[in-house]
Amino acid sequence: MTKLKMLATTAALMLAGTTSAFATECIAPANAGGGWDFTCRQVGKLLYDLKLVDAPVQVTNMAGAGGGLAYAHVVADMNTDADVIVAASSATTTRLAQKAFGDATADQVRWVGAIGADPGVIVVAKDSPFQNLGDMVAAIKADPGSVAFAGGSAAGGFDHMKPLQVMKSAGFSDITKVKYIGVDGGADAITQTIGGHTQAMTGDMSEIVGFIKSGDVRVLAVLTEARVPGFEDIPTAREQGFDVVAVNWRGLYVPKGISDDQFNAWATKLQAVADSAEWKETMTANGLAPFTKVGTDFQGWVDGVIAETETLSREIGVIQ
Amino acid sequence: MDTLANLALGFSVALTPYTLFLAICGCFLGTIIGALPGLGPSNGVAILIPLAFALGLDATQALVLLTSVYYGTMYGGRISSILLNIPGDEPAMMTTLDGYPMAKQGRAGDALVISGVASFMGSFLSTIGLVIMAPLLASIAYLFGPAEYFALYLLAFCTLGGVASKNQAKAALAACLGLGIAMIGLDNSTGMPRFTGGNLHLSDGIDFLVAIVGMFAISEVFIFIESHGRNSALGVTLGKISIPWKDLKNTFGTMMRSTGIGFVAGVLPGAGASLGSFMAYMAEKGYVGSSGYFGKGDPRGVAAPEAGNNAAAGGAMVPMLTLGVPGSGTTAVMLALLLTLNITPGPLLFKDHPDVVWGLIASMFIANVVLLIMNVPMVKLFVKVLLVPAWVLMPMVTMVSFVGIFSLTGSYFDMILMIFFGALGYLLRKLDVPTVPVILGILLGSEMEDALRRAMVLSDGDWSYLFSSPIAIGLWVAAIGGFLAPLFLRGKLGKPIPVSDTTLDQD
Repeated sequence: MTKLKMLATTAALMLAGTTSAFATECIAPANAGGGWDFTCRQVGKLLYDLKLVDAPVQVTNMAGAGGGLAYAHVVADMNTDADVIVAASSATTTRLAQKAFGDATADQVRWVGAIGADPGVIVVAKDSPFQNLGDMVAAIKADPGSVAFAGGSAAGGFDHMKPLQVMKSAGFSDITKVKYIGVDGGADAITQTIGGHTQAMTGDMSEIVGFIKSGDVRVLAVLTEARVPGFEDIPTAREQGFDVVAVNWRGLYVPKGISDDQFNAWATKLQAVADSAEWKETMTANGLAPFTKVGTDFQGWVDGVIAETETLSREIGVIQ
Repeated sequence: MDTLANLALGFSVALTPYTLFLAICGCFLGTIIGALPGLGPSNGVAILIPLAFALGLDATQALVLLTSVYYGTMYGGRISSILLNIPGDEPAMMTTLDGYPMAKQGRAGDALVISGVASFMGSFLSTIGLVIMAPLLASIAYLFGPAEYFALYLLAFCTLGGVASKNQAKAALAACLGLGIAMIGLDNSTGMPRFTGGNLHLSDGIDFLVAIVGMFAISEVFIFIESHGRNSALGVTLGKISIPWKDLKNTFGTMMRSTGIGFVAGVLPGAGASLGSFMAYMAEKGYVGSSGYFGKGDPRGVAAPEAGNNAAAGGAMVPMLTLGVPGSGTTAVMLALLLTLNITPGPLLFKDHPDVVWGLIASMFIANVVLLIMNVPMVKLFVKVLLVPAWVLMPMVTMVSFVGIFSLTGSYFDMILMIFFGALGYLLRKLDVPTVPVILGILLGSEMEDALRRAMVLSDGDWSYLFSSPIAIGLWVAAIGGFLAPLFLRGKLGKPIPVSDTTLDQD
């Protein structure tokens, strides 16, 4: 038995990398290890486990230009390929809204759906003087330079937008004065904040789950409509009087040129993944909140988000 | 006592015939992947993740396989550095400086054995460091903010000029070229693209792997074509192969010191293995002083970077496991694997999943021992590469370079860029400008700039912020000292003895 297993392993190791040409391809527009990669690998695994596709889904990492390379590639070279799905998130729509993908626009692909969301959070170290979001907003209003945020995206990116949206909803208009540094991912941002180099961290819930549980940080607010299951003691921004909802949804888009039937087939499959018990388990373990929007419903929602991001980006001067 | 009990638990999880078999497979594959130019630790590990799932491995088995591949690539990178003057991946770049001259002197076997043992020492000791001090070390990451990172990179930068043994001005020029190249790409502090000409392929900046493979492998091919093979790297002679006990004894101190430096570089999430091997090499060069013959085949110049980069690989596990901050590209991939297995790294990982953590640590020990046992006897096999006729080897190197670079992002643009760097490398070598500082400039430049810009945002442009902590001040002093010391020492020691050019171009 063991011998057979070893033989099989050896054979599989030999075949590493070669896969069937007919397999579904999931493009993760970043290097292995990020959120998009996670989406592809998890959704891909579940698609196969739930027998929604015939062969294991092959994940291709196509890093570059914050997802722009993969976007351009899908639009130009794979426009009618019904066997390709591409991981996307709020970062994708933020960059599309800011014209960061060259002249690419959001209507060049079809948005299949989102099946979970990483709730936006505003976090401080446990020894911070700020007890709630109100304290922090008041401090920034009094002296905008007194609070610096660290986040995992570059300036103007999705993590940067979150505190700005909060400040805007509090009636603070001078948002270019809010200090922000972009570091290498959410875990790095939280390290800088615990170390006292920055006063607050803005990012996604999944990036700090370990730190919440260990008590090293205090989450001032989660930017969702309702409190997140499993983290019921963390208040939302909305209940503290700041009407901001910012979630980093995890979803997929497909090429524009596929037929409506093919599009609907993907939407149905994605819905099946979202409804599965395995996916729910994965979400809880990774700090994702339920957030399912598929098909045309999602398409309309994406259009709205892009318009909103465009307005905010103009105000902070990321786009003219 | 607790630690020992935990370690025993780890070994009980990791040491089964099947996992041992996986470790051997992983080490072997890793060594090969590491030795091939363009394929480095992160692609090696990334390629194997889907495989781990396809085989239905459980968490521990998957980690054993990937750790072995990771360490295998760290060991393997040195092989092509020494034999062909082409680094297999970026941490192995420093090894070319002395490893290749050693090979030209007919000591390829010695260099491989010394570097193999150094790799073992570096990673074995750093794993012990991880076991004993991981929770304690995690807090070091908190101490390093933008100001401290800037000073750290400055320290590395101030010693850059001394990389090349010949003309320091040329080395500085090469470093500036690298710095300039590092400016290309998205500016993190404003979110605006710089010098990209609207090309999306350039907006993430230039991948230094593309630059390395271009400057070393492709330019080697150009030189080979130009000289019809007479003046190329492939002229090394094959000496007798035996274990160089004397060199091993002499380099023991080097390995120890370099392990320390590499480990610290690994523990800092913003530093990593390349900085670890560079700092280890430069520190050793400074420590040995004028009695060394670095750059001309000094065994210490082989031992230092290899111990350094392997220690850094172990050190990088500390922030990955305790904070969830990947200290290198490879640990980022391993982090992804943990997440996919529904294990969240962070402050509670050691408490919540002791079996996984200690299984991983045990597998690091296993991978190391397997690699040492595998590598030293295999030296005989490796050096056979040199017997392959150039007309077979050169096209193969070229092909592997293209495949490796294509696998990075799957775009033809990187391959064109690689050829461009090949041409640039050829030009620089003709002008006798060293290419290593160019790569280091690219590598250090973008990190250093990011750190400085972040510091300036946080302090509202107040420069005194850069000296605001004892750590930062200490690093500044070391940096200025490192820069000025050679100038004054030179005065004391008299004029540098003109060294006849025994390095790269002599036949």
